[in-house]
Amino acid sequence: MPSKKSSKPAASSVAKRIRAEASSIRTKILQRKTPSMKFPVRSLSNVIYRPKKGHFEIKGRKKERTLTVGTVKTFAQTLRMMAFSKELVETDDIATKREAYYVSKNWDDARFNEQPESDTVIDDVEALFGVNREQLGFIPEEKGGDVAGQLVVIDHDRETGESLRIDCTRFGSGAYSIPISVEQLKFETSAEFILAIETAGMFQRLVKHAYWRSANCILISLGGVPTRACRRFIRRLADDHHLPVYVFVDGDPYGYSNIYRTLKAGSGNAAHLNEFFCVPQARFLGVTPDDIEEYDLPTHPLKDVDVKRAKDALKNDPFIQHHRLWQEALQKQIRMGVRVEQQALAKHGLNFVIDEYLPRKMANKKAFLP
Amino acid sequence: MAARQREISVSEFFTKNRHLLGFDSPTKALLTTIKEAVDNSLDACEEAGILPSLEIAIQPVAESRFRVEVRDNGPGIVRAQIPKIFGKLLYGSKFHRLRQSRGQQGIGISAAGMYGQLTTGKPIVIESRTSRRKPAHRYELVIDTLRNQPVIKKDLEVEWDTAHGTRVTIELEGTYKKGRHGVETYLRQTALANPHVEIHFQGPGEEDVLVFRRASVHLPTEALEIQPHPYGVEVGLLLRMLKETQARRLNTFLQTEFSRIGPTLAQRIVDGAELQPKSSPKRITAEGAEKLVASIRQVRIPAPPTNCLSPIGEDRLLASLKEQIEADFYAAVSRSPAVYRGNPFQVEVALAYGGEQPADNLISLYRFANRVPLLYQQGGCALFKSVLSTNWKAYGLQQSRGALPSGPMILMAHVASVWVPFTSESKEAVAGYDEIIREMKLALQELGRKLSQHVKRAQRRRDADRKRAYIEQYIPHIGIALQDILGLSKKQEAEIVDTLTATLARSRKM
Repeated sequence: MPSKKSSKPAASSVAKRIRAEASSIRTKILQRKTPSMKFPVRSLSNVIYRPKKGHFEIKGRKKERTLTVGTVKTFAQTLRMMAFSKELVETDDIATKREAYYVSKNWDDARFNEQPESDTVIDDVEALFGVNREQLGFIPEEKGGDVAGQLVVIDHDRETGESLRIDCTRFGSGAYSIPISVEQLKFETSAEFILAIETAGMFQRLVKHAYWRSANCILISLGGVPTRACRRFIRRLADDHHLPVYVFVDGDPYGYSNIYRTLKAGSGNAAHLNEFFCVPQARFLGVTPDDIEEYDLPTHPLKDVDVKRAKDALKNDPFIQHHRLWQEALQKQIRMGVRVEQQALAKHGLNFVIDEYLPRKMANKKAFLP
Repeated sequence: MAARQREISVSEFFTKNRHLLGFDSPTKALLTTIKEAVDNSLDACEEAGILPSLEIAIQPVAESRFRVEVRDNGPGIVRAQIPKIFGKLLYGSKFHRLRQSRGQQGIGISAAGMYGQLTTGKPIVIESRTSRRKPAHRYELVIDTLRNQPVIKKDLEVEWDTAHGTRVTIELEGTYKKGRHGVETYLRQTALANPHVEIHFQGPGEEDVLVFRRASVHLPTEALEIQPHPYGVEVGLLLRMLKETQARRLNTFLQTEFSRIGPTLAQRIVDGAELQPKSSPKRITAEGAEKLVASIRQVRIPAPPTNCLSPIGEDRLLASLKEQIEADFYAAVSRSPAVYRGNPFQVEVALAYGGEQPADNLISLYRFANRVPLLYQQGGCALFKSVLSTNWKAYGLQQSRGALPSGPMILMAHVASVWVPFTSESKEAVAGYDEIIREMKLALQELGRKLSQHVKRAQRRRDADRKRAYIEQYIPHIGIALQDILGLSKKQEAEIVDTLTATLARSRKM
């Protein structure tokens, strides 16, 4: 298990708050009352879109988990997870979510059968205390994203504390990996914009042909729905250097309402943290439904889940509901009944995307979707 | 020649009709012998108003040869009655005197005696005492196949320790088996359907001992004889009655030989048949009889009286099941009497559910006709079919298509009637008359509703227990977690677990 020196000021306060919660539960029990815990509802139905701030904000709705027959197992698991978190924080240790899942295997009947169950409980505890899971000692095991281009990341050596300058132009055909925690990073750059890309394939092509040099930009591969670390990295970089962020994903409802929307406004699941883990300055470059016609791209029929996702976004996503242009785009897509992949641009030649598509798009930034 | 003819007729009748009389296999022969002796004893005791106590013994004599003894505390048999009882084989049954009795079940103890005589050559032995003032006698008798008469070979005075009673001893070839068709099953079911009976049984093995105590001290209500109801009569039967009647005129015949016919109805029937009321019954032709039957069907005749029936009764069914079967739940339903083809009948059902009975097997169905267990031909029996076609899933039991339901349950189905319609002469399965099936299904549905209340209640209780177990499984973890977080002592942790367990136990609304 990797360990790190934690200098988070919140650490001791998190331990205190866990104590306070446990103490109030104990009091309730000794008063012969059934204890309960109040969790913010973690879903899109409990967020409101703040266009001025550019991200989802949590509404006050909470669900109360009272100790009953139906909840006793989760209740016990939540408390044990809190105890584990307190131990992590106090010993200045960390555990990945998967490690936490394996630790629970020592808990007899209270153990988790599958990791999604323990992830949910960790997310609950995080929301309960309104903190970032790293502050509870939990870290995600998924990678943050890859970076290449006109950027120097300034990190420090864990052993010596010495400053490290990481030049993202010098990874050749490889890339710099965004670490799990990005708060300590500093940046130097002369780039004009950040281009966030959904697929590793498209990222590779742009890296290979050093698009970042010709366009003077920073390329970041999202690898699907961007992780919190990835979103935070982009946000800090863009804020520090006043860079615009352009997003280039597959032309399907998942790319629009999951990848792009989560990057820009945050998620419903960890709404209390969206303030930090969102990139309000992001703009949508492509691939748009209009592009399909304009560039005569080869398509695939929309699957039932795609249509459902699009309709669901139109009905329930406060971000989509705020932006008429996005509603029109989704409705158009449903009407067309097709989706398109980034790499479909290769139909017009492998480097069509570099030579034609991106330059033409960049020439008309006003047309980017909000 | 004539004598020779008669000699053959008796033994041939028997050998050729073994299967009809219940002697088609060694196992069944042993069962039937006991059955006939028990039927006789019970009928005799009940007629004399005595609560029956039976002692039954099967002693092995040689390989596949047994001595069967059935002793009762009945009124005893006087010498004069012996031919009547043991010569039944060749007498016609009293077909137009209708009364609910066990005697319908077989051709009688005489058949058993003859079977013993044919297979072992031994006489049937009857010891009997009729009164404290008279000595007990021991009769040994054989059936004279020449004259179709029982012949008393020996008549000795013997010691007898009670005031009255009879012991019948028959030696015969047979096989003693346990299981569904065995003697023990028969006795167990007999005791169930006859809670007023006490039975002590000693089988061929030392450990084959069964005792069934009396579950009720009330004799069954005496079943009265009735005359046949006109709706049940057929041309052949009618012709025979016309020939045998004492009545001189047709309208008198109708009024005296049938139930529910008065002068007005008799007149209407005769008019409908275009016959003369004053005609002599003996002169009515087959054609006339046919017209009479047709005319009877056209006339509205009241249902037959039902005091000829003697059901077991719900209370006694319950008492009987509770005496014999360890179970969690008992229920019984007796329907009101109904009529099929002019014959009054009544159905009863009862069940014992739960306890130690195996839950995964099919239920055990016990069928009875006039209190006698039916052990064979279940598949062809209307009682079985009624159980099959009842939707037991609605009452909380599992049931596969075309099968008995499964569950920890014994189900009794009884039909009592002055004339139980059997599918064949072997009298092992009840024929499927619509009226009987309908009554049986209504009874089963009523019983099922009672069952489902219990099953659902038990289900709720089980759910509650499971919930409690579930809660108790996780409460310790709440204790552990709070101990970890708050650094509590063992004692403080235990206090949390105990208090919380008590709180949740109290708050459960069940």
